[in-house]
Amino acid sequence: MIREFGADEIDPLAIGAWILGTGGGGSPYLAQLNLKQLYAEGKTCKLIDPAALADDDYVAVVSKMGAPLVGQERLVDPAHLARAVQVMEEYLGKKFRAIMSVEIGGGNAISPFLAGAILDYPVVDADAMGRAYPEAQMTSFAIGDLRMYPLSLVDCRDNEVVVARAASWKWMERISRKVCTEVGSTSATCKAPRTGKEVKEWGVLHTVTKATRLGRAVLEARAAHADPIAAVLEHEGGKILFKGKVADMDRTTTGGFLRGTATMEGLDADRGSKLELAFQNEWAVGFRDGEPIVMTPDLICVLDTVSGEAIGTETLRYGQRVTVIALPAPDVLLTPKGLDHVGPRAFGYDLDFKSVFAA
Amino acid sequence: MKRIGIDVGGTNTDAVLIDKSTVLAAVKSPTTSDVMSGVINSIQRLVKAQGDAPLDIDAVMIGTTHFTNAVVERARLDRVAAIRIAMPAAASLPPMVDWPADLRASVNPLSFMVAGGHEYDGRPLVPLDRDAIRDAAMRMRDAGITAVGITALFSPLTAECEVEAAEIVSSVLPEARITLSHRLGRIGLLERENVTLLNASLQSLGQTTVEAFRSALASVGIRAPFYLTQNDGTVVLAEVAAANPVYSFASGPTNSMRGAAFLSGRTEGMVIDVGGTTSDIGCLVNGFPREANNIVEVGGVRTLFRMPDLLPMALGGGTIIDPETGRIGPRSVGYRITEKALVFGGDTLTTTDIAVAAGIVEIGDRDRVKHLDRSLVDSRLKGIHQMIEDGVDRMKTSAGDMPIIVVGGGAFLVPRELSGVSEVVHVEHAGVANALGAAMAQVSGEVDQVFSDMSRDAALAAAQEIATQRAVEAGADLNTISLVDAEDIPIAYLPGDARRVRARVVGTIGTPGMKLVA
Repeated sequence: MIREFGADEIDPLAIGAWILGTGGGGSPYLAQLNLKQLYAEGKTCKLIDPAALADDDYVAVVSKMGAPLVGQERLVDPAHLARAVQVMEEYLGKKFRAIMSVEIGGGNAISPFLAGAILDYPVVDADAMGRAYPEAQMTSFAIGDLRMYPLSLVDCRDNEVVVARAASWKWMERISRKVCTEVGSTSATCKAPRTGKEVKEWGVLHTVTKATRLGRAVLEARAAHADPIAAVLEHEGGKILFKGKVADMDRTTTGGFLRGTATMEGLDADRGSKLELAFQNEWAVGFRDGEPIVMTPDLICVLDTVSGEAIGTETLRYGQRVTVIALPAPDVLLTPKGLDHVGPRAFGYDLDFKSVFAA
Repeated sequence: MKRIGIDVGGTNTDAVLIDKSTVLAAVKSPTTSDVMSGVINSIQRLVKAQGDAPLDIDAVMIGTTHFTNAVVERARLDRVAAIRIAMPAAASLPPMVDWPADLRASVNPLSFMVAGGHEYDGRPLVPLDRDAIRDAAMRMRDAGITAVGITALFSPLTAECEVEAAEIVSSVLPEARITLSHRLGRIGLLERENVTLLNASLQSLGQTTVEAFRSALASVGIRAPFYLTQNDGTVVLAEVAAANPVYSFASGPTNSMRGAAFLSGRTEGMVIDVGGTTSDIGCLVNGFPREANNIVEVGGVRTLFRMPDLLPMALGGGTIIDPETGRIGPRSVGYRITEKALVFGGDTLTTTDIAVAAGIVEIGDRDRVKHLDRSLVDSRLKGIHQMIEDGVDRMKTSAGDMPIIVVGGGAFLVPRELSGVSEVVHVEHAGVANALGAAMAQVSGEVDQVFSDMSRDAALAAAQEIATQRAVEAGADLNTISLVDAEDIPIAYLPGDARRVRARVVGTIGTPGMKLVA
């Protein structure tokens, strides 16, 4: 129920997390470097199964917050993530039992490991999305109407802030975003603490294991010169949607999000067809020859056809050979309440959700 | 106006002698392990080809793989002092954290992480710790280190911490050779610092290489000014280039692309340079190679700076074809083609053999490939063309057919027609396009910095003036300077109508210095 997380699991976790990022979530590269540094210094992490949490245990939910460009300069420092957890403990007057990630997709998959290695707290094998999403209300905890406060925020200059209370998830987003901007648009945060019961009830479970296995499958397929995409599909029960090359990439930055559409022309069996993938940080809806064929919350992943490497909405470019696949979404996102938060309408598409995995 | 262009490649040293835009002589010789004897040999052959008449040379332009090789071989590198001004930010990932261990060991850095730097909006992160920089300089002096790289947080937007730190280091250690990150790299602290420290580690080699070239030229009686070619397809005076060796990392493929532009008379289009082992596909924009916007690895180090956008492919004249599976490459017989390929009496099926069997080119003995099955020849030829078509397509930035100019010794592998290509342009002297590209190169000056408290027009004019000044320093004739590209990005979150302006000018090389008779 609690085990060592091996140094040889870091790369697979990063690769798997990048795939589950569904085009967004931010590159795990800097977090991955940090975790390797910590392991090289003799620190290690443990992974705890959610079932091993007592109902009244407290779990810290950590993530880094800010503009990706600023993150490229100020980098990620595990000490600040750890400090955000301590600030929360001091505020609550309680000790945490474990730490978890808010999103398994992208760099934040590794954030709890960075704090956990320093504080010697185990990392919970769970997150609150099972993928990546751009906004705070798009978590399973928000879908469960759990409390969204308090939140602690730490910056590298000894500035520490606690948002004691917020009227809604949206207010929490606005207030914490404002503080983050003031300290230079990058910070470490500890979100509203969860009880063991809440994690077991509302968390998306076993996603660390899932991401790590996924990454390992890709690495093993590559080493054996086998098809890494086939490995991904097999491991996750995914579906191949389209094989083609990028014919156009239209991006705009509005309201702090990267939005746009990627157009792909079919190759091989899909020759003659066209796939348009709309995104808001992450891939949101796919239209094949004008017809919607895949939509959030199903996970839409764009992979390099040869290497199986995930390609983000920020880096996809004309001419790349890509395979678009869908992976099943966590059940909590598929409930009527879940779809209110993360279905196609939450992204401005007037479509009824239909899963590619529906019988 | 006679010039010599030399391109020192991994396999061959190519040299050309030109008079204005006329090619007088072109020679290819094997690259020697000491490099310089190969260069001397090439120049002597050029002289001989001219009937041993006295050479009146105005300038020599040299493209060399010296610096890339040093990084790849982890040899001839200086011990480096790394100063990073960003504390208390970025503390957990020290300088060179993502370098391969062997390269880091050969540079053996003395690292200092000091407080200072700026935020994206121009506010100081914390005050610059001047005492810490002074202490660092004293420790460098004690350790006998003179190669220094300084990287400050957000320096491409606000450079003052780097400039001030350099002044402090110089005051303690006057002999220090200092590389400042904002002069080389872009946003992305680790990648910019990596370029800075690579550059610092190449300082001694930069000087000794330039000295060696100077004495090699002197030994054949040439005392004309000489220049080194740069990643962007231009040249700078050798002694200036010695300070920034990283700007010569990709000079080989860049020279080929510039040569292709010159030989075809075109300024827009794709270029494919087919060598013995690999091909490079690039794109000409306004006569110069398109710049890469993404991370480029050099010797295993992630960098983000001015590099051409290139697609290398494992396809060349010596690429091996598996007779069983028909698989093309990725291995190649390389420079041993004249003993290994079937047409030369060897036992290895190569792309050259396929081309000879198909009657596309006459190389070696055609009878030795007569036995090849016609359908194998046709299908492999198709496979080669498919690889080229895929590569061209990947390098395009939009749909629509584009012309492609073909250069390099393996140019015959590229057919007259390709899908996605409006025209395949084969040119004369394709085999020495790289040396020609060097010989024809112009001098550039570039600026990439933030201007504030002035109008857009004034900012663009100021940028052009700085770029012009840098071009003249690098050896350009002031009267010939023209603007190649300029772009400005308003920085909404900075006060004072701030904008980041990038401008680049080019000019022909300035008044020749001493001329001497060979």
